[in-house]
Amino acid sequence: MVKKKLGKMKGFSIQFLPYSEIRGLDISGRIKKILNIVLGNNILIIQGRLEAEEETRLIEDTMAMIGHVKDFKGIELAVISGNGNRSGGILYRIKRNIANTLVGGDLGAVTIVGPATIVKEIKKNPRKIELLLAG
Amino acid sequence: MVVKIFTNFLKKIFFNLFRNNREIKLGFYGPPNAGKTSLANRICKDFTGEEIGSVSKIPHETRTVQFKEKVEIDYKGRKMVFKMVDTPGIATKIDYEDFLRYKVKKKEAKNRAKEATQGVIESIKWLDDMDMVVIVLDATENPYNQVNITIIGNLAARKIPVLIIANKIDLRRADIKKIEAAFPEYDVVGISAKYGKNLEEFYESIFKLAKKA
Repeated sequence: MVKKKLGKMKGFSIQFLPYSEIRGLDISGRIKKILNIVLGNNILIIQGRLEAEEETRLIEDTMAMIGHVKDFKGIELAVISGNGNRSGGILYRIKRNIANTLVGGDLGAVTIVGPATIVKEIKKNPRKIELLLAG
Repeated sequence: MVVKIFTNFLKKIFFNLFRNNREIKLGFYGPPNAGKTSLANRICKDFTGEEIGSVSKIPHETRTVQFKEKVEIDYKGRKMVFKMVDTPGIATKIDYEDFLRYKVKKKEAKNRAKEATQGVIESIKWLDDMDMVVIVLDATENPYNQVNITIIGNLAARKIPVLIIANKIDLRRADIKKIEAAFPEYDVVGISAKYGKNLEEFYESIFKLAKKA
């Protein structure tokens, strides 16, 4: 966790959320937990990735909050996965799904969520990811 | 035996008749300013003479879901009837100050932002109702945007057939190969909705995709 010092310097902190913290939660619980952390001006790094349905729910709930939560303008979101995005051959996907089922999620992935007031842009390509912070 | 063959033949004819007359819900999804409405307009204008909505350089011009029903696409002797569903661009952030750059007044910008957030929610809600979806991406932008991946992931989870459109290929910075590399599982067709470039390949792909719908 990079926390305090950086937090004081830039007015934000970086929090790491292990997958075990959200494993037992339902979709509403997960989204609520994520948004609560982000609304506290934190850049959140989650171990694993959300399901497609959860990602859209996160976008929906984010949109519902804009205009209702002071100074909240939305989020920046990115997923980096050792497995690439949700594509790949059938055999590869079957193997990946079995592995994910065994460990309870795609733990080879990392999800980054940050408030748009702090994270201006997340530039992503297959090999790297860059967080551009608001000046 | 002869009766059975004859019955199957009739069934096949009726099935095909029904399939061809069925109105397929075709959704236009993607990030803001990718050209969803421009493409939907181009198709509607070609086959009904009317447009579906207004286009603008200002992002989030489409803020409510717009429809055009019974659009019969007649291409090379093949006909299919579609309900065109043009959706607001999906984004993870909306800041009214971004609209001020386009010389929109503050009050109007705030209102536009509010409507745009509702539009995103509405777009997502409509995902379930689509028979097939055209994802319109700006070929000059980075396709690895999480919103694109999220929308496509959702459609895959719902088993809704998808065609990816790399729009704005008339621009020098357009890079279709990058979009193809980002989504290797999907057909990608490069077009210019603004100038009507390569629409033949688009219509071919739509008919091909409609068979899966």
